[in-house]
Amino acid sequence: MFLGSLFVNRESFKTYVRLIIDESMLVGVDSIFIVAIVSTFMGAVTAVQTAYNLVSPLIEDYIIGTLVRDMTVQELAPTVIAIVFAGKVGSSISSGLGTMRITEQIDALEVMGINSASYLVLPKIIAALIMYPLLVILAMFLSIYGGYIAGTLTNIITEQEYIYGIRLDFNPYTIKFAMVKSVAFAFLISSISAYKGYFTKGGALEVGIASTSAVTNSCIAILLADYLLAQLLL
Amino acid sequence: MIEIENISKSFDDKQVLYGISGRFEKGKTNLIIGASGTGKTVLLKCIVGLIKPDEGNVFYDGREFTNADRDLKTEIRREIGMLFQGGALFDSKTVQQNVMFPLDVLTTMTPSDKLERVNFCLERVGLENVNKKMPSEISGGMKKRVGIARALVNNSQYLFCDEPNSGLDPQTAIMIDNLIQEITDEYQITTIVVTHDMNSVMEIGEYIMFLHQGHKVWEGSHENISRTEAKELQEFIFANKLMRTIQAQ
Repeated sequence: MFLGSLFVNRESFKTYVRLIIDESMLVGVDSIFIVAIVSTFMGAVTAVQTAYNLVSPLIEDYIIGTLVRDMTVQELAPTVIAIVFAGKVGSSISSGLGTMRITEQIDALEVMGINSASYLVLPKIIAALIMYPLLVILAMFLSIYGGYIAGTLTNIITEQEYIYGIRLDFNPYTIKFAMVKSVAFAFLISSISAYKGYFTKGGALEVGIASTSAVTNSCIAILLADYLLAQLLL
Repeated sequence: MIEIENISKSFDDKQVLYGISGRFEKGKTNLIIGASGTGKTVLLKCIVGLIKPDEGNVFYDGREFTNADRDLKTEIRREIGMLFQGGALFDSKTVQQNVMFPLDVLTTMTPSDKLERVNFCLERVGLENVNKKMPSEISGGMKKRVGIARALVNNSQYLFCDEPNSGLDPQTAIMIDNLIQEITDEYQITTIVVTHDMNSVMEIGEYIMFLHQGHKVWEGSHENISRTEAKELQEFIFANKLMRTIQAQ
């Protein structure tokens, strides 16, 4: 019902374009720093830990590059970054809408004859659907690059071996799979967080509770969706 | 003119309003008064459609609102301006953007026309040189005035004010009351003010509806309120020492 209400009694297309651009800046551009930090270290740690576990002389070092690539593309970039995204953007969406609710700003929109759910929530969901896959692509690059930096600087793998490893048996379908996951996760995070924030009742304490609940529920939904999509698409 | 017919509302098993009816005339400052928790704000929210009453109807100049279809409701709502208790200004927007907001979303005016209208409304409520300030940078009284400017900017026909002078010093409170009355008279709009402030009642109450525990107990004007024989209203009016002194004289 909540999602259905986003599509009735909408404002002009121009209004939404402006709002989506604004939200994309908040949801996407403002998340670049944290995504860059997390993904770079994620790749670096994956490379170092893979090297530590490769004790058999029969396994070539370039496998480190292959493993960093596969783990990053299929799981770490879309899923771990989704957890980070839920913490940063999900809590921001929920607390922002919750504060608007308890300070009657949402009522003010309704009284003006504006569909507040559509005006406030739809641009956030669309912005997340556009920006999160782009953040995942960025995370993929930085994570693989993080693995390269850590591997070559600590001499656990040579530059040529790493590059050979990340090119070995590359399956482009894994990128499509990651993009499908990222769109699903973006929708889950933005819609769950918006729902929790929009229907906040009470005061400042309840805004905090709604925000925590938004992140918790988003994380559970991400993990469930991750499993279901893996079963369905792989 | 706004008419309400037999408005009742309950939340879970608690009845808040019992069959309230009344008529709020155009060009008059209409007050809904009563002690805290008597259902004043719930009644106001039923009138503007933020809460759907269990029973009863609201008519805006003869147009049925409560059970109207979405298009008519939107049309009527776009003629409504409302001042909320806390101002309800958008935190992320400047004063100018707040006041311009209804014009941005609901009209096709040019940017220069919108700015001219915003400046006119801000000037009308006695605010100048605050366009670029954020709501967090202005005082409570200024927030209320910005709220009034935002409520008027789209040429509203109906103005609703929920406790407009709560949290304000007596002088600023009276200034806000007078501003509401002047605007009502000047633009010949229908204004409904919810308050429990006796100063407001005596200052601007042209039509007063008194609620007690969800029932309409009395209606009249500020000229005859002090002569009421309704016990609940007497207790409400003469609750403070100043009013008792005036009564004794």
